[in-house]
Amino acid sequence: MVELSPDEAVLWRWEFVTINETIVFTWIVIGILAILAWASTRHLSPTPPFSRRQVALETIISYMRGEIREIARRDSDPYLPFSGTLFLFLSLSSILGIVPGYRSPTSSLSTTTALAACVFFAVPVFGILQQGASDYFRRYVQPTPLMLPFNVIGEISRTVALALRLFGNMMSQTLLVAVLISLAPLFLPVIMDLFGLLIGQVQAYIFAVLATVYIISASSDEKAVEEEPEIEEKPEIEEESEENPKREPEGGT
Amino acid sequence: MAAIDTIGTASIIISGLTMAIGSIGPAIGESWALSRALSAIAQQPDEANTITRTLFVGLAMIESTAIYCFVISIILIFSNPFWDYVISMGG
Repeated sequence: MVELSPDEAVLWRWEFVTINETIVFTWIVIGILAILAWASTRHLSPTPPFSRRQVALETIISYMRGEIREIARRDSDPYLPFSGTLFLFLSLSSILGIVPGYRSPTSSLSTTTALAACVFFAVPVFGILQQGASDYFRRYVQPTPLMLPFNVIGEISRTVALALRLFGNMMSQTLLVAVLISLAPLFLPVIMDLFGLLIGQVQAYIFAVLATVYIISASSDEKAVEEEPEIEEKPEIEEESEENPKREPEGGT
Repeated sequence: MAAIDTIGTASIIISGLTMAIGSIGPAIGESWALSRALSAIAQQPDEANTITRTLFVGLAMIESTAIYCFVISIILIFSNPFWDYVISMGG
């Protein structure tokens, strides 16, 4: 019998308090992140010589700022703490998968649901902080009040999708390695583990980007919302117009 | 024991069918999105960053339908509620 999630591996139990592997590994990830953050923010200096830790930290932070700025097309500072923390947590928790005995806490549905719930509640918080409660809640009854239930369902279903997507990807990877170990124990699991590292990073990136997109779409004013699709669609139109002349000679020959 | 046989057989067949049928749509959709993105990158290499980011997010969205199917089939095989119920009734 394969253990589907690290939830089922209970390490310590007292009355109704249960400590399972998910909780312990989450603590480990949080502890490593906290220690790394503490160690790399000591002795920050604005002038050379920089310490290595400071350079690494600045690289990560400036990359995340750049990504958020390109998605939001505005100042990234309000969104960086939330999205960046999500990314760092997910990224580290899947990188640690190379340590034997460790099971990523994200391969448990409870962790991913908790993270998705954070995003679910962060969306209205950011929206209300940036444009006020009345403007934010008016979004739900547009274009007509008839759309209210659909908007609410959309909010909930995308949260469920966020949780299930991360859980499905991470759990499938763990399960695949477990099945492969019983089939071909020598080389294949190593390759799949390498592949799993890549998938873990991609999923961490996607989770953080989706969270950012949800938050920004809720907290942007009307003008920015109208502007965004225009920029997004532009390359497609150009692509269509460029593609057509190319196809014609192909068809002729 | 008839109930257990039926539930076991149905679970295995249905979980296989879920993956088989459920992965057709996302596979076609993802390959289509990928080929469009590749031709877009070939035409506009400068926009590769934007296209790649949008592609990843879009692929994740498309893939989620396949992930739903996967979760369903995993539940059917490894933690089937009906199976557990019948076992608990029989035991």
